[in-house]
Amino acid sequence: MKPEANGNDAVLLRGRDITRRWGGLVAVDRVSIELERGSVHAVIGTNGAGKSTLINILSGEIPPSGGSVELLGQDVTRWTQPRRARAGLGRSYQRNTIYPTFTVFENCRLAAQARSPRPWAWWQDAQRCEASTGAAREAAAKAGLETFLDRPAGALSHGQKRQLEIAMCLATAPEVLLLDEPLAGMGAEETERMLALLEQLRPGHAILLVEHDMDAVFRIADRITVMVNGCVIASDAPEAIRTNPQVQSAYLGH
Amino acid sequence: MTMRAPLVFVLACFGALAALPLLTGSYGVDLVTKIMVYAIFALSLELLVGAAGLVCFGQAAFFGIGAYAAVLLSPASEAAGLWWLLPVSIVAAALYALAVGALSLRTKGVYFIMVTLAFAQMAYYVVHDTPLGGGTDGIYLYVKPALGSLIDLDGALTLYFFTLASLAATFVFLAVLLRSRFGRALAGIRVNEQRMRATGFSTYPYKLAAFTLSGGIAGLAGFLFALKDGFVNPELMSWHLSGAVLIMIILGGIGHLRGALIGAFAFALLQEFFKSEAIFGAFAKHWHLGLGLAIIACVALLPRGLVGLPAQWRERLVGRSRSAAPQEALNEA
Repeated sequence: MKPEANGNDAVLLRGRDITRRWGGLVAVDRVSIELERGSVHAVIGTNGAGKSTLINILSGEIPPSGGSVELLGQDVTRWTQPRRARAGLGRSYQRNTIYPTFTVFENCRLAAQARSPRPWAWWQDAQRCEASTGAAREAAAKAGLETFLDRPAGALSHGQKRQLEIAMCLATAPEVLLLDEPLAGMGAEETERMLALLEQLRPGHAILLVEHDMDAVFRIADRITVMVNGCVIASDAPEAIRTNPQVQSAYLGH
Repeated sequence: MTMRAPLVFVLACFGALAALPLLTGSYGVDLVTKIMVYAIFALSLELLVGAAGLVCFGQAAFFGIGAYAAVLLSPASEAAGLWWLLPVSIVAAALYALAVGALSLRTKGVYFIMVTLAFAQMAYYVVHDTPLGGGTDGIYLYVKPALGSLIDLDGALTLYFFTLASLAATFVFLAVLLRSRFGRALAGIRVNEQRMRATGFSTYPYKLAAFTLSGGIAGLAGFLFALKDGFVNPELMSWHLSGAVLIMIILGGIGHLRGALIGAFAFALLQEFFKSEAIFGAFAKHWHLGLGLAIIACVALLPRGLVGLPAQWRERLVGRSRSAAPQEALNEA
């Protein structure tokens, strides 16, 4: 199912020796990671292995204690999160982080607005901004929410909220996607739908996928990095990870 | 069916205000001028609390600066030009808001409330304890500003209509602003600032712009207040007034511009009611008690403010069944 490795393998996001200490605890310990366009790079590990902290550092939500982050060839280690987002870095959250009182459409439209903010145009109705309404409709349709546009986001089912997370992410037209457990709490049917969406997004994007659903990870990932206690113990193609004895004893447990 | 009701309500309010001087004497005109000034003031705070979710407890400082600027900058013996005095007073208040906002917006929640209060108290003590502000006695404005021979704000009726026009302009400006991309971004910041940042919005400049605008509008209200009374004193910057304006928008219903209008009228009329010796006799001296109890009762019985009253009645009559909740979500802008 996976596309052949082709010439289009530019590294869009690169983390080098990323470290994060919380007092005496080292949550992320010299982790290096590369995300290439056209590939899904999964990060797996037990709870507390440092996966979410890694995403938070890559997206700029928290600063690293050491190491550097490079986005589209630029060193962005000292950039704020909004600036990284505008440069093409989109992320979704493990726990739903939407605007529950707004409609599904407005959730997507507001995200798309980040691309054409024009805050000084105070007399223009935001709903008439075609750049953001168009991008919002497109993103909602891609994520399979086109029939729920007028529904308040808070009234969606759990699975639909996860889809909305992705739609909001897509509405900003990012090149790099950092997805934190997009399949968490989803039923079988919803999982299939989400995997099909990721499959569809893979060619144009560099995707980092943090996920606990091992079947899904081994089906979709081009590369898997395994973290234990903040350290990377293996990073390889799925087949090699499956048979890696170190990974088996530390994590997969069989 | 009820989509247009708020618009009809607001238009009816402004129509009634325009016709009011025909029906009432100078006492009524004076009272309603004061209430309209409070309504502008309440709108300025609604922009922060209702739209951006920033609870500011120092709004009186900007009100007071607008008022003091009007008095201090007016020449002693001739009428100041309205065309420059009004914008200068607004800008003075907005500049102080810019400085206060730049520092206080680095904090959140209860700390933000306390820091804005601290900055307001600073301004209060500057006019209270330095020769600049004339101390507790305040300063008189002997000649009110005018715009050539066109508008002379010395007349009570002229001031009434000038205040009404200012209120209408403020209301329309904010209604348009909150629909714009800037207004929607503020709403996003109120609901989920973390997501806004992850999406690519630098939220600090948005909040600072809202804070500065709000200060400018409060300054406009203060300017009009100084003209109405022809007098300013440090009480205009006291935390009592910051608290009163917060109560106005809570009473009216946070999250709706018309809530600020309704709240300002409700607050001032309740105050007049409990102060009335004709009704309460000797007890009118203790009007604070009556006003306080009335406000507690309102907040306890009307969790969504007076704005929410029609919806509350409808729910009681036809039950909660219909799509009341989604409707709320759509209208909340």
